[in-house]
Amino acid sequence: MAAYVLRRVLWGVVLLALVSLLTFVVFYVLPSADPAQLRAGRNADPATLAQIRQNLGLDRPLTAQYWTFLTHLVLHADLGFSYYSGASVGSLLVDRLPATISLTFGAVVIWVLVAVPLGVVAAVRRGTWVDKLTTGGALLGISAPVYWLGLLALYLFADDIGTFPLLPGAGSYVPLTDDPWQWLTSLILPWLVLASTFTAVYARLLRGNMIEVLSEDYVRTARAKGLSERRVVWNHGLRAAVTPLVTLAGLDIGLLLGGAVLTEAVFGIPGIGRLNYEAIVHADYPVIQGTVLLAACFVIVANIAVDVAYAYLDPRVREQ
Amino acid sequence: MNPSPPPAPRPPILRVEDLRVAFDTRDGVVQAVDGVSWSVAPGRTLGIVGESGSGKTVAATTAMGLVHGARVRTSGRVLLEGEDLLAASPERLRRLRGAAIAMVFQDPLSALHPLMRVGTQIAEALRAHRAGMSAAAARERAVELLEQVAIPNARQRVDAYPHELSGGMRQRAMIAMALANEPRVLIADEPTTALDVTVQRQILALLRRLRDELGMAMVLITHDLGVVAETADEVAVMYAGRIVEQAPAAELFAAPQHPYTWGLLRSMPRLDAPAGAALVPIPGRPPSLVHPPSGCRFHPRCPYVRDRHRSVDPALEPLAGAPQHRVACLLSETERAAIWARIAAGEPVAGATEDRPV
Repeated sequence: MAAYVLRRVLWGVVLLALVSLLTFVVFYVLPSADPAQLRAGRNADPATLAQIRQNLGLDRPLTAQYWTFLTHLVLHADLGFSYYSGASVGSLLVDRLPATISLTFGAVVIWVLVAVPLGVVAAVRRGTWVDKLTTGGALLGISAPVYWLGLLALYLFADDIGTFPLLPGAGSYVPLTDDPWQWLTSLILPWLVLASTFTAVYARLLRGNMIEVLSEDYVRTARAKGLSERRVVWNHGLRAAVTPLVTLAGLDIGLLLGGAVLTEAVFGIPGIGRLNYEAIVHADYPVIQGTVLLAACFVIVANIAVDVAYAYLDPRVREQ
Repeated sequence: MNPSPPPAPRPPILRVEDLRVAFDTRDGVVQAVDGVSWSVAPGRTLGIVGESGSGKTVAATTAMGLVHGARVRTSGRVLLEGEDLLAASPERLRRLRGAAIAMVFQDPLSALHPLMRVGTQIAEALRAHRAGMSAAAARERAVELLEQVAIPNARQRVDAYPHELSGGMRQRAMIAMALANEPRVLIADEPTTALDVTVQRQILALLRRLRDELGMAMVLITHDLGVVAETADEVAVMYAGRIVEQAPAAELFAAPQHPYTWGLLRSMPRLDAPAGAALVPIPGRPPSLVHPPSGCRFHPRCPYVRDRHRSVDPALEPLAGAPQHRVACLLSETERAAIWARIAAGEPVAGATEDRPV
């Protein structure tokens, strides 16, 4: 197992190098917004532009630029400095990460706590109103775009613009360490909105898995043993039905940690997603490179974690 | 091979009376079990034989209360020591399942939970019926049970997952689980079908030994008359949801009465068959249970069919000389005796027909 994980980690490093190269090619090599132009203003003279290019190091050969980036990253864990704010990319990421982590894990808790019971109950009571409500609601949840749902939530419940001003609105996020209560209340709406789509997807998937599992022979065996129906469903049934979802959840968490761009944008949460978005608007290449690499890191780590978790959950996988 | 009947035959512990089970499906009502009666006494084995789809499994799982739902209709009685299981509450059935009646299933790989240790699954069966039993005690008992079904290194195997055991070991573990609460009735549904031939014999021997040790009544469901010949005291042959022949095992093999039973016997490989004797499959396929054939349900596949058989539905009736031997066939006893004599002598079957449409 340890050897397997080590191999996966090494592969992850190779993958990260490829991702950084690809990001580099997309933003530095292919024609896109010119950072110098954006900084110098509309009517800058060529000398100023050249000066800015030189300051940013954009006048050096592309291979040299990439090499510098790579060596700084590997040798000094240094992602460079933002063109826009001049702050180090590393410190920007560290500043923004807590907000994204708060957003992600709160949403995960909500969607797991809601989707699991919903999916199981819908499967057990297939065809009844509980099931129809769940599958219908799930369709709605899957179809509704996050930015629409987010704005709707703000118009309904935000304390500044809402019809029922119950919760802090957009831009009210504060770090947990500053004011835990404010942190909690300001995140409730974003959590619910972000969790809604995932709840819908997971409830539906779990319902499907569960229906399949409940017709398995080993569930019949569990009943034949005289186990209570509750134990048959929630222990024997759920155990098998939820395993594939753990994999999926791991990958989704990895993706979200890379930044829930839309949710962060709608609710004005200063997370990685918004950092990435702002960096693209400002052609802030080092920050783009940093956020993309961080997101790739999360996805790679999530993949490895999921494989390890799967081996733990399914002994048949462990052998291989 | 079978022990002679005990001096004073004990009254049956499980008695199925006129059991009918129907499923509503998109294609219509499937009458899976259509008026079946049988019983089994402690220490005895009833073999239920038939092709897939003959209703043999449905009859047994219904008795366990495992067949239920809005689309299922059952009638008749399933009496366990006089208590009607079809009328029992779900909670009462749960208490009886795994405690008074236990079941062993066909394919132990799919019947055991793939993600749970074998010992855990056995311990769970124990604790489902013994509220006060500690986890440690249940585990200890699980080891004993695995030893009882002759699993070597039981103390290590108790922590194995099903996929880590061989097919035979898995079925032994399955049997250990069924025996956990020393049930009075054991229903074994094709317990050897998924296993290698050599392992099949071991499992049958194990079931016989445990039946005798624990004095259980055993219902052995199989498509294989060979399995029944080795183990059962009495045999019921099922066809299309009904019993077509029922007799003490020795009697059935000595003088089978129903053309379907003959078909099963002729399609069974035998070591004592004359060299070169061909195995003869039963022509045609099992009939639809939504629209069963008119008259005798076996008539489309029967080589001895007469016109009358297409309209008259035979009842299961005792033979004149052997009240325990019952058959549902419209041929006369003398006709049947003559035909069986020819078959037993290895002659080609007179009147045998080609595969005809059902």
